[in-house]
Amino acid sequence: MNEKNLVKSVCMDANEIERSLTRMAHQILEANKGAARIALVGIVTRGDLLAKALARKIEEIEGVSVPLGKLDISFYRDDFMTHFAPEVHSTDIPFDIDGMTVVLVDDVLYTGRTIRAALDALMDIGRPSAVQLAVLVDRGHRELPIRADYVGKNVPSASDENVRLFLEEVDGTSAVEILAIEPGSRAGSAPLGGE
Amino acid sequence: MAFNHKHLIDITEYSADDIMTVLETAVRFKEVNERRIKQVPTLKGFTIVNMFNEPSTRTRSSFEIAEKRLSANSLNFGGSSTSTVKGESLVDTVETLCAYKIDMIIVRDKHAGVPRKIADVSGVRVIDAGDGKHQHPTQALLDLFSIWQTKGTLEGLHVGIVGDIGHSRVCGSLIPALKIMGCEVTVIAPPTLLPARPDVLGADHVTSNIDEALPELDVVYMLRIQRERLEGAPYPSLREYNMLFGLTEKRDKLMRPDAIVCHPGPINRGVELDSYMADHPERSVILDQVYAGILTRMAALYLLLGGSEDGIAA
Amino acid sequence: MALLLKNAHVVDPQVGLNETLDILVRDGRVVEVGHDLDMPKGVERDLAGKILVPGLVDMHVHLREPGFEQKEDIASGTRAAAKGGFTAVCCMPNTSPVIDNALGVEYVHARATAVGKCRVHVAGACTQGLKGETLSEMGDMVAHGAVAFTDDGRGVQGAGMMRRVMDYASQFGRPVMSHCQDEDLVGEGQVNEGVASTRLGMLGWPAEGEELQIMRDIALCRLTGCPLHIQHISTARGLEAVRAAKAEGLPVTCEVTPHHLFLTEDDIRDDYNTSLKVNPPLRTSADAAALVQGVVDGTIDAVVTDHAPHTAWEKDREFELSPFGMVGLETSLGLMVTNLVKTGKITWERLVELMAVSPRAILRLERVAVEAGSVADFTVIDPDAAWTVDPAQFASKGKNSGFAGAQLVGRATDVYVGGYATMEEGRICE
Repeated sequence: MNEKNLVKSVCMDANEIERSLTRMAHQILEANKGAARIALVGIVTRGDLLAKALARKIEEIEGVSVPLGKLDISFYRDDFMTHFAPEVHSTDIPFDIDGMTVVLVDDVLYTGRTIRAALDALMDIGRPSAVQLAVLVDRGHRELPIRADYVGKNVPSASDENVRLFLEEVDGTSAVEILAIEPGSRAGSAPLGGE
Repeated sequence: MAFNHKHLIDITEYSADDIMTVLETAVRFKEVNERRIKQVPTLKGFTIVNMFNEPSTRTRSSFEIAEKRLSANSLNFGGSSTSTVKGESLVDTVETLCAYKIDMIIVRDKHAGVPRKIADVSGVRVIDAGDGKHQHPTQALLDLFSIWQTKGTLEGLHVGIVGDIGHSRVCGSLIPALKIMGCEVTVIAPPTLLPARPDVLGADHVTSNIDEALPELDVVYMLRIQRERLEGAPYPSLREYNMLFGLTEKRDKLMRPDAIVCHPGPINRGVELDSYMADHPERSVILDQVYAGILTRMAALYLLLGGSEDGIAA
Repeated sequence: MALLLKNAHVVDPQVGLNETLDILVRDGRVVEVGHDLDMPKGVERDLAGKILVPGLVDMHVHLREPGFEQKEDIASGTRAAAKGGFTAVCCMPNTSPVIDNALGVEYVHARATAVGKCRVHVAGACTQGLKGETLSEMGDMVAHGAVAFTDDGRGVQGAGMMRRVMDYASQFGRPVMSHCQDEDLVGEGQVNEGVASTRLGMLGWPAEGEELQIMRDIALCRLTGCPLHIQHISTARGLEAVRAAKAEGLPVTCEVTPHHLFLTEDDIRDDYNTSLKVNPPLRTSADAAALVQGVVDGTIDAVVTDHAPHTAWEKDREFELSPFGMVGLETSLGLMVTNLVKTGKITWERLVELMAVSPRAILRLERVAVEAGSVADFTVIDPDAAWTVDPAQFASKGKNSGFAGAQLVGRATDVYVGGYATMEEGRICE
């Protein structure tokens, strides 16, 4: 990672992330009275990994393996004409979401636009009975009336800062960092695997 | 991954990486096409004109479906009501379309070079859906996609193309595209259906003997005998054409066990392809090609229109 | 009236001149050529630093009048000729109506006299309506001043008909000029068959479609004895056939255009520039090299432009729908000087033969030389003028030049026809 000089502070370390996920798993189970009709759908490229971790926690607690999917929102973005990245990741939801309670999972909740796109994408795939939102970090600055049901940590941030999640399985180490935005780049998830 | 093309007019302007970007993007669109709601809002608000100055059902339908599944507004323009029939020049027609404030023109025309001219005149993005006997790049992309998906690779494959090479816009794009992707290409045709210089397109071998060529081929690409493209008669009869160049059941045993059969459609059964080969469950990928047409055209629309406005970081 | 041209560097191989001289002209004819000439009264022009040659003749142009005045007319076409340094042109009969009778010949002569800026010689059609079926009234046309016969724009398709044309024409002592194109072989060919036709995806116009008729017409020349002039030759093998015919002693001559010398099929890129759509088509670089060799060694007699103006809207079309032809009158001299004289491939004397002496000889026109008694048709050239081809500056209505943007050296500055200036210091004299 060539961004070390841009790091302003580390607001969650690996242990804290782990504890937050455990707490969120408990909250999800409590709110939904068990794991019976729950499905987890993570938004690529970090939310899908968090969803996998949450599913593991739920299995540890409840002994049930919940359906797990990932959602790519490239085709639903509202900035297609201005911020185009030709990479398209795949959507993979290998189960019927009709009638399910879908817990959308993402790393950082910011403007809310990603979640708006994800909700549209989900509705095109099926008709869940309810959609809930779980995020590891809520950094504020909402531009749409969207709020999370489960939050790992509220991290106050400035709009010229970037809040990014790094995960051991793709980045080598797990942490949530506040970074200065490089000139010419924009707020958003970290690219995968040291790109 | 960078993709910096405005147009899809000349496949030779695309690098192997560019072509792989299109093919990989096409893979992602499979998920969209296999849902109950086969539509995403990606191109909402874009206006695409399908300017088909020459009859075409398949290519036009394929583009229309791709556009609709990406939520673009599409306008079909041309056919028998085409303004060129009324004496309007191509340039005037294009300028009229541009006054509608459109974003892209998909053009099929019987004259070579028209898509480039439209791009120069209009300033909007242009996809060549077949120009005269020159090129048909989306056909080449869907062919590459089908071959790649079936064989797992493109590099090193030996592809034989059989039929009317000389009057074929499919070949004008497919042969260069296969070469860009590292394939070996043999063209197989009677001399009356060969272009003056097959080597200029990139063909490695030229032969009029299909039986000698077949055992070498991983992919046998049969071209449609297009009577409407042929001035004079370049072969004495369809019967003799089938005898000398048709992919018949008898020729099945000459083919490699894992060789596949492609055809751009529509098929003339009993001429270039026997039903046995057209419907062969292991060899024929003809219907896969039709589906690949939707996927690759969606990918091309997505990649060419993405980032089409210079944005300011929000 | 008297005209004294002083200090011109005269190049005229007919009289062995290549030196700085003064020329005195009176009543349209040369009176005296010499050093330090004087004149009591008249117009005197100092041409120091300029080259003066016998007036250039372009024996293959399309003035388009009557019938296609949107493309060009005699007024605009002859102004283009004057700007290009020509004192005379020979116009082709594929107008509307076709110039296949004395009326058409008279019409062009009358218009040229009224509005022209150079001498206009008329080539009449070989066959009525250029249809290749019925002989035109060649005798009547000759009586009204037609200088040659051609169905230019098409080849005469039937060998029997072509034999009849040449047999009949031979009694008038006038050449038959042949546009060689076998229509059955060429079909709808758009560009040279080979690399260009394959790369551009268009029907090919094979070299053999031209060569077959060149060889046929040479055979018919042997049979009939009629002087034969091969028009706009474009292939190496066609040129070889002419070379052999000349060696045999047949009365065969040929011409080439600057575009076939200096452009090739490779210049037609994927923008399908319709200005490069010409008939016969641009050929291979090997063909162009052979043609240059033919210019150097004398196999090619004359350089012509095949000046073929079209309207902008006709050329701003699909390549396959656009008409054949490019303009050439205003670029021919500059292209020849830049590419052949300045590079040392040919001398100024050879240039004069190609562009002035031979065309007059082929058309049996009165000799023009820098000598006392000759008609005072002269072209004055600034051999070092550097300029860029800009079709917007053309006097021709046609802007369809394949050389737009070319950087050239050498340009006509003054043109005299019968002792009168049609152009002075680069400006047409109205």
